[in-house]
Amino acid sequence: MDDTDSKRQGLAALFFGSIGRRAAGFVEQLAFLYRLILDSLYWTFIAPLRGKGLRVGSSFDEMVKIGVNAIPIVVLISFSIGMILAMQSAYQLEQFGATIFTADLVAVAHTRELGPLMTAIIIAGRSGSGIAAEIGTMKVGEEIEALQSMGFNPVKFLVVPKLLALAIMGPCLTVIGDLVGIGGGVFMAVFSLDLGFERYVTRTIYALIFKDLVTGLIKSLVFALLVGITGCYMGFTVKGGAEGVGRNTTMSVVVSIFLIILADAFFTALFYYLW
Amino acid sequence: MDAAAKKENAIEIHNLVVSFGSHRVLTDVDMQVRCGETTVILGGSGCGKSTLLRHIIGLRKPQGGRILVKNRDITTMDEDQMSTLLRKVGVVFQSSALFNSLTIGDNVALPLREHTRLEESTIQIMTRIKLDMVGLSGFEHYMPSELSGGMKKRAAFARAISMDPEILFCDEPSAGLDPIVAAGLDELIFKLKKALKMTIVVVTHEMESMYKIADRVVMLHEGKVIFSGPPEEFRVCEHPRVRQFVERRADHYGEDEIGRYARALTSES
Repeated sequence: MDDTDSKRQGLAALFFGSIGRRAAGFVEQLAFLYRLILDSLYWTFIAPLRGKGLRVGSSFDEMVKIGVNAIPIVVLISFSIGMILAMQSAYQLEQFGATIFTADLVAVAHTRELGPLMTAIIIAGRSGSGIAAEIGTMKVGEEIEALQSMGFNPVKFLVVPKLLALAIMGPCLTVIGDLVGIGGGVFMAVFSLDLGFERYVTRTIYALIFKDLVTGLIKSLVFALLVGITGCYMGFTVKGGAEGVGRNTTMSVVVSIFLIILADAFFTALFYYLW
Repeated sequence: MDAAAKKENAIEIHNLVVSFGSHRVLTDVDMQVRCGETTVILGGSGCGKSTLLRHIIGLRKPQGGRILVKNRDITTMDEDQMSTLLRKVGVVFQSSALFNSLTIGDNVALPLREHTRLEESTIQIMTRIKLDMVGLSGFEHYMPSELSGGMKKRAAFARAISMDPEILFCDEPSAGLDPIVAAGLDELIFKLKKALKMTIVVVTHEMESMYKIADRVVMLHEGKVIFSGPPEEFRVCEHPRVRQFVERRADHYGEDEIGRYARALTSES
C-alpha cells in the first residue's frame, strides 16, 4: 500500500512539477520578449537622441538585403496574384454581366488585403527566417557574447538595423506589390477578358480611394515589424547548436505567418468598424 | 613597472555566488588578479571556470558577492559604465567567436571603428600591426571560414588586443588545437604580457601551458577556490584534488561502477 501511495505522490509531483516548470519557462520567455521590444524601442528612438548613435550604414545594408533583393519575387508573386484575382472575379461577375467591376475588385482587394499580406508572407519567408538564422548562428558561435564583451549592445548592433530596414522596406515592397498586382489584373483584362486597357484603368482609378491604400500600408508596417521581432526573438532564443538554429528558423516562419494573419484579422476589423 | 604598482590588484572577487536555477555553480569564490601578471584559472570540466570568466566580464550578473575590476564594482554598474570599462578589456573566446560575416581585417578593426574616431587609414595600419603581432600578416582579406582553427584563435587574439586592453581574458586558448599550435599560443600569451604589459587571465585545464605562462594559479573545484598561489607552490600542494590534478589521476567512482556492472554480468551468466 505504502509503495503505491508514494508512487502516486511521485507521479503527482512529476505532473505538477512539469506544469510549474512550463509556466515558469513561459513567463521567462514573455519577459525576454518584453525586454527585447523595450530595448529595440530604446535603441531606435531614445538612444540616438542621447548621442549614442544609430547604425545607419548597416541599416542601409539591411534595406538592400530585405528590400531591394526581394523586389523580383514580390513582383512575380503579386503579378500572379493579380491575374488570379482578375480571373476569379470575372468568373463570378460574368453572371451579372458586370465584368468591368473586376477592376474594382482587383484594385481594392489587392491594396487593402492581398498586397500587404502576400508581401508580408514573402518577407517572413525570405528575411524573417534569415534574421533568425543569422542571430541564432551568432548566438551558437559565442559571437553575441563577443559583441557584448567589446561593449556593444547586441540590440543596437543587430536588431535595430533590421527592424528599421523592415519598417521602411515593408511598406515600400507593398506599394510595389500593389502596383504590380493591379498590373496583373490589367494584363488579364486586356488579353483575356476583352475589357480594354483604358476602360479598365479608368475604372481602377475611380474605384480606389485613399483609405484603401493607407490601411494597406499601415498593415504592412505592422506585419513587417512582427516578422522582425519574431525573427530576432527566435534567433536569440536558439539553444543547442546547429540543430537549434534550424528548429528556430522554421519556427520563426511559422510564428510570423500566424501572427501576420492574427494582426490582419485585428486590423481589418478595426478599419471596418471604426474607419 | 615598479614593485608598488605590481602589488595592485586588477581584479578582486569577494564572496561570489552564482547559481543556475537550483544548481549552485560557484559558492563563495574569493580571488585576486594582480596587475601585470598572468593568472591561470585551473579546474576540471564543469567546475565553473568559464562561468566565473563570464561574470568577470559582466556578461552575467551574479546572485551574490562583489567583482571589482580596476577597483570598481561591476555588479552594480549600468550598461554605459560597463561598455566604457569593457573598452579596456579584451576577450578571446573558446570558439574564437569571430564575426563570420566580416573579413579578418574587419573583425580586428571593428572595435576601433565603433569606439574611436580614428581615420580609416590609421585603423588600417593598426589592424595590420595587430595581425603582424599574432603572425597573421597578409590575411586581412580572408573570411574566418577560410582559416584553420589555430589561425582563427590567433585572429581572435588580434581582435581582443585591437584596443590595447589593460586586461586580456582567454577562455581555453588551446582547446581543440594540436600541441604545436597550442604551444605557439602559449608563447603568444607570454609575448603579449612582456611586450604590452597586460594583465592576463587564462582559463584552462592544461597543466603544461599553465606552467609555461602562469605567474599565479587559482584552482577551482566544485565552485570553490581550493588553491591560490604561484605555480611552484601548486606543484607541491597537498590538497588531494590538486594532487589528483597534478598527477593526472581519474576519479574512482567510475571504476567501481564498471566493476559492479562487470560482476553483475558474470554472476548472471
